[in-house]
Amino acid sequence: MTETTHRSVVPTVERAQPPPLAPRPRRRRRLGPGPTSARALVVGPLLLLVAWTLGSATGLIEPQTLSAPWTVVTTSGELVADGRLQSNLLTSVQRAMIALVLGVVVGVVLALIAGLTRAGEAIIDGPVQIKRAVPTLALIPLAIIWFGIGEEMKIIVIALSVLVPIYINTHAALRGVDARYVELAESVRLSRAAFVRRVALPGALPGFFVGLRLAVTVSWTALVVVEQVNATSGIGYLMTQARTYGQTEIIVVGLVIYAVFGFVSDLAVRAIERRTLSWRRTLGS
Amino acid sequence: MATDTRELTAVRTRGLTRGFGSRVVLDAVDLEIAAGEFVALLGRSGSGKSTLLRALAELDDGVAGSGELRVPAERAVVFQDARLLPWARVLDNVVLGLVGRGLDDAGARERGRAALAEVGLAGRERAWPNELSGGEQQRVALARSLVREPALLLADEPFGALDALTRVRMHGLLRELCDRHRPAVLLVTHDVEEAVTLADRVLVLDSGRIAVNRPITLDRPRRAADPDFVGHREFLLGAIGVEH
Repeated sequence: MTETTHRSVVPTVERAQPPPLAPRPRRRRRLGPGPTSARALVVGPLLLLVAWTLGSATGLIEPQTLSAPWTVVTTSGELVADGRLQSNLLTSVQRAMIALVLGVVVGVVLALIAGLTRAGEAIIDGPVQIKRAVPTLALIPLAIIWFGIGEEMKIIVIALSVLVPIYINTHAALRGVDARYVELAESVRLSRAAFVRRVALPGALPGFFVGLRLAVTVSWTALVVVEQVNATSGIGYLMTQARTYGQTEIIVVGLVIYAVFGFVSDLAVRAIERRTLSWRRTLGS
Repeated sequence: MATDTRELTAVRTRGLTRGFGSRVVLDAVDLEIAAGEFVALLGRSGSGKSTLLRALAELDDGVAGSGELRVPAERAVVFQDARLLPWARVLDNVVLGLVGRGLDDAGARERGRAALAEVGLAGRERAWPNELSGGEQQRVALARSLVREPALLLADEPFGALDALTRVRMHGLLRELCDRHRPAVLLVTHDVEEAVTLADRVLVLDSGRIAVNRPITLDRPRRAADPDFVGHREFLLGAIGVEH
């Protein structure tokens, strides 16, 4: 080692100082927050949980106002034991997933048509903005008349809610794709299809992911509305029933399930986003 | 109109006129570039250099104009910014739009790899454009042009954003690649020395007209200290109106 050879010549006073080539601690970029880790994202919800537990344990939160976390756990246990929780949860997850996939596909296709053609913009954009202004709850009576009270109606209503954030964000991102890349595509004479695949879609991907994160949450919230208005199964139905019988703890179980699913699916989308958009160098990376 | 690239003339314009609103940017330009000829186009900013290049690239859709324009179908453009798609890896950028033009995916990639090796970037195929330096990015852009085997290479101040040292190295690379592939080249630049170093012929565009047409017959490699080089440089500096 170099230090050994130097030791004889270097005065004792200087040897006390750190060697000049010692690795310095790497400094974080000063203005950017640095990368987010999944672990850090859990901190906020965990703090909420701690506050809830402490509040219930000290009697600050009365059981009539909000059931204690341990009550929620035991109630969940009972619901699982008699099989109600699993079956209702499965129904809800199925509805949300099918509607999400449907809404995402339709939203992306509509955004592409509206973003890449003039006629599409004229025909599609207005109605989507109108749909955005109409509350899901207000749509349900009509949807029941049109599609009946079966699964079809529920999935259509949820999918309609899902496609809005997908459409808005994908469309905006598509419109924001740098004109220089369009010029490049023209200069290498890309076909229309290749342009969509190589330039338009990847360029709109960051916006699409913002839309997807909103859409995932929307699929859960729309699910509640649909299931609470007209259903014989699902988490929303379970909660509506509990309300009728004044079982606050079951309502809270339902809320916790919505919260957990919403949060976990958002984390999942973010993880996919990070992977897919790994080429980006941004404030958050 | 596309023409046969085996012709001796790569580019031919007659009375090429382009304008924005009431402002005439190109005023009846007659230009011929022989196959394999390296032409540099000088001019002050606003002289119409980029408009002429974009007209030859047929990238000026929607710009009002008239005149006869004949350019080969196989042409490539190098922009001032490397203009790499940030979401595509280096090799995917190079072969962009190549598949389906008589090449399958594997064939295109093989050619793309060869082009990257030619610009000294072998092994960087899987890198993201963001990970490369400015000079490396511009070399990828060069590879993207070369891989198309263009009969006409149009370059719009391709080295304008690079530092002086990198620029000199890029000059050498561009000249070497052009000697090997022999495309006709139109290099738009505002750098007189760059024009004299690289070109077989230098044009000066002034108010939308070609004001100077000067063949440069110096031997290569060209040295800026050579008295003949200095002569050309001084003449051209005068032509674009630089007082010194």
